[in-house]
Amino acid sequence: MRIGLAQMRPVLGRVDKNLEIHREMIQRAREEQVDVLVFPELSLTGYNLLDLTYDVARKGEAEEIQALVAEATDIDLVFGWVEHSPEHQLFNSALYASQQKIQYIHRKVYLPTYGMFDEARYFAQGQTIRSFMTRFGQVGLLVCEDIWHVSAPYLLAHDGAEMIIVLANAPVKGMQASGLGTKDSWYQILENHAQLHGLYIAFANRVGAEDGVTFFGGSAVVDPFGKTESTASLFKEELLVIDIDLDKVRKARFKMPLLRDENMDLVQRELTRIIKKRSGEGLI
Amino acid sequence: MKMVEELLQQAPFLRLDEELVTHLLTTTLREEVEKAGFQRVILGLSGGIDSAVSLYLAVRAFGKENVIAVRMPYKTSSPASLDDAQTAIDDTGVQAFTIDITPQIDAYFERMPEADALRRGNKMARERMSILYDLSAAHQALVVGTSNRTELLLGYGTQFGDVASAVNPLGDLYKTQVRQLAAYLGVPEQIITKPPSADLWENQTDEAELGFSYLEVDSLLYYMIDQQYTREQLKALFREELIEQVAKRIARNQYKRTTPIIIKLGNRTVGIDFRYLRDWGL
Repeated sequence: MRIGLAQMRPVLGRVDKNLEIHREMIQRAREEQVDVLVFPELSLTGYNLLDLTYDVARKGEAEEIQALVAEATDIDLVFGWVEHSPEHQLFNSALYASQQKIQYIHRKVYLPTYGMFDEARYFAQGQTIRSFMTRFGQVGLLVCEDIWHVSAPYLLAHDGAEMIIVLANAPVKGMQASGLGTKDSWYQILENHAQLHGLYIAFANRVGAEDGVTFFGGSAVVDPFGKTESTASLFKEELLVIDIDLDKVRKARFKMPLLRDENMDLVQRELTRIIKKRSGEGLI
Repeated sequence: MKMVEELLQQAPFLRLDEELVTHLLTTTLREEVEKAGFQRVILGLSGGIDSAVSLYLAVRAFGKENVIAVRMPYKTSSPASLDDAQTAIDDTGVQAFTIDITPQIDAYFERMPEADALRRGNKMARERMSILYDLSAAHQALVVGTSNRTELLLGYGTQFGDVASAVNPLGDLYKTQVRQLAAYLGVPEQIITKPPSADLWENQTDEAELGFSYLEVDSLLYYMIDQQYTREQLKALFREELIEQVAKRIARNQYKRTTPIIIKLGNRTVGIDFRYLRDWGL
């Protein structure tokens, strides 16, 4: 299975221009026989939209979304956009398209609203974290901050995911004496989750800047042993192509049967108790 | 460089990955300028370390043929600074202009003989800004800023004067970090080692005027702003008087870091709930 990570630089608020960038990347990916091409979070719109969020929101059946879905012929596509729901709520969504159909939509659950982030001011919170079947295997989608919450990859792994695709807009912040702190944290998280759950993680991050905030790129694929197999460069547009072997999931899980040994009943019982306690209902 | 290395040894928490920071600053500086529709940049070169670092970054980002440096001395400006600016111009090979601002400044203050040094200094800073923005239009070159983070936080700059620019690569670097970057970028040594000065009147130095050293205040700002130490925790590390003085300056000068206040009437007021990035559609 050949994965392509489209490390692109979206134009802020210009769906038309971003559609063109998507088409160019799809063309390049086709030439390299990519099976699944993954774009970053909000790839059709750009990130810090503020009041532009209302203007760039599109329903799933909108022309621009369907135009991209129609491109998913011999290649599967994953991209991000501002989803306008029938209830007129806006979601930071990721869409998986295959054989010219929408196969799955994940609505970002964890919307960072602190420091430099302001997502929950505009977006509604997604309510599901589920894996789904693709023609290559069982996959789960997460959007950026989602994977910083331990429960998100945990749920996907136990829901059968062999690969988690993370669409991200991870920025540079907290520069220090050596390296990029945010990038190092990201890689550690990806590597840990891949190893703890015995699954592949594909991380597609954008590049470019918005009002002085730089997105670092460094898109990567981590194998089920927690080893980073390939990384894209920092700050530069790039199509990273990498072949992965889903049989590694079997090998990793035979070697470390953490998923098998996980006691989900215990987790559920304790969570139920904790929730009760926190809501002031329960005892202890 | 020895001086810079000694400073960073005293405050290792201020040290930056200079290669990576340079890569990031030049990449994003170029992107922000090009997105705005410009290929060239222009900046005021005083002979001091901040404008020199902006110049060297700009040359890395755009190439020397796309960078214009402007020296704008007043008759009391230090001749040594003018020479230092020339050294940087020669070293980088950029196009340069020298515009003596004495005639227009003197013409104005002939009518305001009572004006004190602060008024005169601010007027000069705004005159220089005005020249840069005029030349910006003449040369289709965007104005690059030269104010560092220490100055911005302390409000040690002239509103609508030296603080004004279209894009500022130094605004998130403390003075000590500007020094580290200067050494890395190969800024001439005499520019790095001389005492920083706004050069608004003769023999002015920043540290004498402010009453503390940049190393000291950068360290304090790091703990106060970046690490969010409480006042009690700061007192264990710094002089109480310094903490009070700096905290006051930061709050009092917030007006220099914001756009003018608009009195709200409607539902979508500029600056309040009409919210868009400057990179709108770019």
